[in-house]
Amino acid sequence: MATEKKQNFDIMNHELVPFHTILSDHEKGELLKKYHVETNNLPKILDNDPVSVFIGAKPGQIVKIVRKSNTAKEAISYRLVIESE
Amino acid sequence: MERTRSVTKKIGSIEFSLLSPNEVRRMSATKVITADTYDDDGFPIAMGLMDPRLGVVEPGLRCKTCGQRVGKDKCPGHFGHIDLAMPVIHVGLIKTIRNCLRSTCRECGRILLTEKQKDDYLAELKHYERDGRSNAGLLKQAITDCVKSEKCPRCGREVGKIELDKPTSLRENGKKLTPSEVREWLEKIPDEDLPLLDINRKTARPEWMVLTVLPVPPVTVRPSVTLQSGERSEDDLTHKLVDVIRINQRLQENRDAGAPQLIVEDLWELLQYHITTYLDNQTSGIPPARHRSGRPLKTLAQRLKGKEGRFRSNLSGKRVNFSARTVISPDPNLSINEIGVPIQIAEELTVPVRVTSHNIDWCRDIITQKYSIESLSKAYVPGVNYIIKETEGMRRRIKVTEKNAQDIAEKLQIGSIIERQLMEGDIALFNRQPSLHRMSMMAHRIKVVPHKTFRFNLCVCPPYNADFDGDEMNLHIIQGEEAKAEAELLMKVQENILSPRFGGAIIGGIHDHISGCFLLTHKQRKIPVENALHILSAIGDEGKNPKIIEEENFSYITGKEIFSALLPDDLNLEYKAKTCLNCELCQAPKCPHNAYVIIKNGKLTQGTIDENSIGAFKGRILDRIIRDHGMDAGREFIDNVTKLAISAITFFGFTTSIDDEDIPEEAKRQIAKGIEKAMEKIENLVKAYEDGQLESLPGRSLEETLEMEIMRVTGKTRDMAGEIAGRHLGLNNSAVIMAKSGARGSMLNLSQMSGCVGQQAVRGERIHRGYQYRTLPHFKQGDLGASAKGFVASSYKSGLSPTEYFFHSMGGREGLVDTAVRTSRSGYMQRRLINALEDVKVENDGTVRHAGGQIIQFIYGEDGIDPTRSISGNAVDINRIITDVKEGI
Repeated sequence: MATEKKQNFDIMNHELVPFHTILSDHEKGELLKKYHVETNNLPKILDNDPVSVFIGAKPGQIVKIVRKSNTAKEAISYRLVIESE
Repeated sequence: MERTRSVTKKIGSIEFSLLSPNEVRRMSATKVITADTYDDDGFPIAMGLMDPRLGVVEPGLRCKTCGQRVGKDKCPGHFGHIDLAMPVIHVGLIKTIRNCLRSTCRECGRILLTEKQKDDYLAELKHYERDGRSNAGLLKQAITDCVKSEKCPRCGREVGKIELDKPTSLRENGKKLTPSEVREWLEKIPDEDLPLLDINRKTARPEWMVLTVLPVPPVTVRPSVTLQSGERSEDDLTHKLVDVIRINQRLQENRDAGAPQLIVEDLWELLQYHITTYLDNQTSGIPPARHRSGRPLKTLAQRLKGKEGRFRSNLSGKRVNFSARTVISPDPNLSINEIGVPIQIAEELTVPVRVTSHNIDWCRDIITQKYSIESLSKAYVPGVNYIIKETEGMRRRIKVTEKNAQDIAEKLQIGSIIERQLMEGDIALFNRQPSLHRMSMMAHRIKVVPHKTFRFNLCVCPPYNADFDGDEMNLHIIQGEEAKAEAELLMKVQENILSPRFGGAIIGGIHDHISGCFLLTHKQRKIPVENALHILSAIGDEGKNPKIIEEENFSYITGKEIFSALLPDDLNLEYKAKTCLNCELCQAPKCPHNAYVIIKNGKLTQGTIDENSIGAFKGRILDRIIRDHGMDAGREFIDNVTKLAISAITFFGFTTSIDDEDIPEEAKRQIAKGIEKAMEKIENLVKAYEDGQLESLPGRSLEETLEMEIMRVTGKTRDMAGEIAGRHLGLNNSAVIMAKSGARGSMLNLSQMSGCVGQQAVRGERIHRGYQYRTLPHFKQGDLGASAKGFVASSYKSGLSPTEYFFHSMGGREGLVDTAVRTSRSGYMQRRLINALEDVKVENDGTVRHAGGQIIQFIYGEDGIDPTRSISGNAVDINRIITDVKEGI
């Protein structure tokens, strides 16, 4: 089956995949302060999510996602990377 | 109202566990051994089910356990217990018991896993716990692993097959296990194996799932009621407990007397049955225990479960005071934010007012004024129903009557509270079920009116989805100042004119308001001054003064001018009216049909006012006024427009009857000819199909093609009939005015009445079902013609033939079934959505979070736009800005 087959295209360039980046420690601190929020209250993303794997996000890090939005042009959200199984 | 401050604490966690037999005995106030409740003198029997040590229900009596009275001292009641002669299985836990037996050894009680497997599972379990993940899947896996093993890995005993006989008996290899045997087995399971069976040793032991002692709930849980005849009637739970005790006693006696095994077993079974039904009287597989009258008993599970259970009817929903319910009826003279409350209701409902040094004189007045001589001549004078005095922490409620009013008023003290009857201008919440959106509950100002129904303005029918065919609605009187302020700011009708669904008005002119405006503004209607003034008198001194045009011996005001009286001076608008015919060549500013509306500086210069101007959902003028001048101005506009329109329509006169659908003989002939032609066409199609000459459309079978073609022809025929009928129905016809202005009905309705009803359909197809190869016995088998398959050539006015009538009923039935199914299904969907979203809210920083603090969205809706204030979904109305800027230059 195709599971073991190496991906031969860049998923980040697919139009349905929004832009993801890992926040630096400094940015992470800023974010948590801005929203007065603990990390586990953020939305989550698994560390084995194809995008997480691609950008090398590790559990505990925060990923910034910039989506295209019909109403706001760009919508920014953040997800905490968590460990899978 | 006084509120006692109490310490609020956050609930960290809730743990559910099993009661151990020891615990049951420890919390028990008495052992219950007598199946009787009261002796002949009416006193509770000691160690009976109504033992005073279990608490008391009658006021004044003292509980023998805690010495307190019920109610005032709050004796909560105390549990008792019944020692069961033989153990009995708890129905609610039978599945867990089965799992325990399946995964342990009967000989040694150890779990049927090798030491290594066990350790692996335990390690994994710890892992799960650390991550806070649900371990349900893992535990299920462990049990399946156990069931697979054939021999106990420790003592080598063969593992028996455990089967569950619903509801409460278990078998091992087909041999019945008695509850005693089950209990012995469960006792053998060591504590260290319990985590794998999903049992927390700190809160439960498996053998506690087999009852040896039954807790008896306090009498406060199952109060007996004394009927008027002096007879006592016991609660269902008490009845059931009587059964349990009686059988338990017989079992005990028989066993002690050494009765045959068979008899003991029968009694044991019976005890099991009684305890099972005591816990849940709807257990499948056993007949429910019944009352003498044949009504099934309401036992423990039934008290909690379902819509009428404790959770849904007493905890999630409650009955309230200070509310009223009655039939509704319309009153066009009320403002949209008013509600007419009948005098009888106004005299019953109250608002609390604290007596202060500032209002004490007013309070004295209001207590006495109801009984003064002057009030006799008035329709309604608010009085005071109760005063609440507070002295040394004692609250006393005193009823105010005609006799003591004077006395109470004189002795009135600062700090007391008077419960005043409703007054004009009080705020109340008005609601109609089903409350599907927030506009189903709005705040209105009270107006006290005679007679017995709630009255309100017709414009607020759509948000409540109310009509006056017998609908009832609820009214809730606001009791506190904060609540009043909040209701006024957020819930008043004018604050809810704009719907959060799409950012447009959902309150606006309806029916006669639209017809009235149409009559007033269509073409250049010249209204003699005196008549015009009569119409304008409806809005009193509001609005601008219209221009009077003088002609020789005739001075008049135009209808457009009268309507313009209500428009603000800075209003500039241009749009197409509802009456617009969508001509191929639009001559827009100079529409010959008067369907292009131009408003310049608050003057209606041309066009007709109809649904597109003042109607809910699409009223352009209404929309603009609300946006530019605010909700209050919007309310005022709706109030005035409706008053003016009603005044105009009553003045001009407006009526519709069956002869509005009259069309000339010539037109009827034309329609009949058209229908005849269509029938012929269909006949030809059918013939072509039968001869195999019909060519199928791409992707369709021959049959489908024929059906589609016929449907096309019948559709065209109806349109043709409508078109011919429409040609003869002009704007001098009330029914047409209503249809064209958008007040009510459509041209389709009219053409069905006067022209031809058209093809009836079930599931979007012509009607096929009925008899073999035909719809009705009136037709030949295999007839594919128009009238055999549901085409109704008659009009409603001329009347339908019997077969047509039958087809029409079939089509109509489908519509009814559809709505019935849709409402029930969407209702359930809504309920689930509400339960999922009820604690999600937008925080002060713009994020959307739920009660647990989890962030759902970083900015509400990704753009932070309140849909109520959006312009049909957009944050800004670019076109508006452009025109505004252009005109500014």
